[in-house]
Amino acid sequence: MRSLEIAFFGLCTLLSLIGSVITVAAKNPIRGAMGLLVTIIGIAGMYLLLSAELLAAIQVVVYAGAVVILFLFVIMLLGPSASDTNDARGAISRYAGAIAFAGTSAGLLWIIMRMGGATLTTLPPAGPGMGTIEVIGREIFTKDVVPFEIAGVLLTIAVVGAVSVARSKHGSLAIPSTQRKMEPPPGRGGREDAPTGAHGGGRTPSKAAAAAVTEVKS
Amino acid sequence: MNAVPLEYFLTVAAVLFTVGAVGFLLRRNLLVLLMSIEVMLNAVNLTLVAFNRIHAEAAVTAGGVVGAPAHTGQVFAFFIIIVAAAEAAVGLAIVLSFFRVRKSVRSDDADLLRN
Repeated sequence: MRSLEIAFFGLCTLLSLIGSVITVAAKNPIRGAMGLLVTIIGIAGMYLLLSAELLAAIQVVVYAGAVVILFLFVIMLLGPSASDTNDARGAISRYAGAIAFAGTSAGLLWIIMRMGGATLTTLPPAGPGMGTIEVIGREIFTKDVVPFEIAGVLLTIAVVGAVSVARSKHGSLAIPSTQRKMEPPPGRGGREDAPTGAHGGGRTPSKAAAAAVTEVKS
Repeated sequence: MNAVPLEYFLTVAAVLFTVGAVGFLLRRNLLVLLMSIEVMLNAVNLTLVAFNRIHAEAAVTAGGVVGAPAHTGQVFAFFIIIVAAAEAAVGLAIVLSFFRVRKSVRSDDADLLRN
């Protein structure tokens, strides 16, 4: 039983670490999203080991079922330009920051491991009802009911905000001035109507540009 | 279920957080940046749940449900998951809207205020 648990922990560790490295290092964001999925499943397994069953279920449902799918949808919406891999400019400062952070973390981890000596903290036996939906539900709906309601408000605001940010009905306002001069959006918005009528057919945008604009807008 | 000591979970969480932070500093693709944030939030959640497992009995007197172990860390992780979901939704909406403006998902193309 003990060795089975340790083997399960090793499997979950392997999954989450490999998944996180794939998430961070993958050139293609779809591979990154798949790595995030593997990370999340590994962490859900660790929640099970820590007797947090409800959280493991929530982790799989919310992260694997909603967040990763949302990422995948956005990646598909953006198409091939989502995997823009031109990371050349300003590389030195970014690498310096990343190496400094990783070095500090590794050094701290090493120091802490040396300081701790050989005493590892064994987990105490889980109390009755640890991590079950019954006990956590009672706690959320009695002690933490105000944060819970605020979380509901937050989610509502996030949904409304995401919708209103993602779809821009005022198309001409969303395009910066440099691009607006080059390709006026065809037949959209109040501000663009007068100039378009003024120069008539003299400066019609090319069909390809107009198609690209409408394709992005839809 | 107590074969694995607490420090193993904490070490895994620390390594995960470091990987996520290094990715956030290193990469330039906005989608990968958001995914790195998710990895970091997951590492923090793992730490919270692990410490909750250790301190469940000690915290019963601090206002938990009588007769049951306290779940402060797990409830906190629950709220963090909620906030992470909201953050992902709004962040991806911003990425979409940014892509509509600049035709790019690179974070250093977000320099409209500089010119």
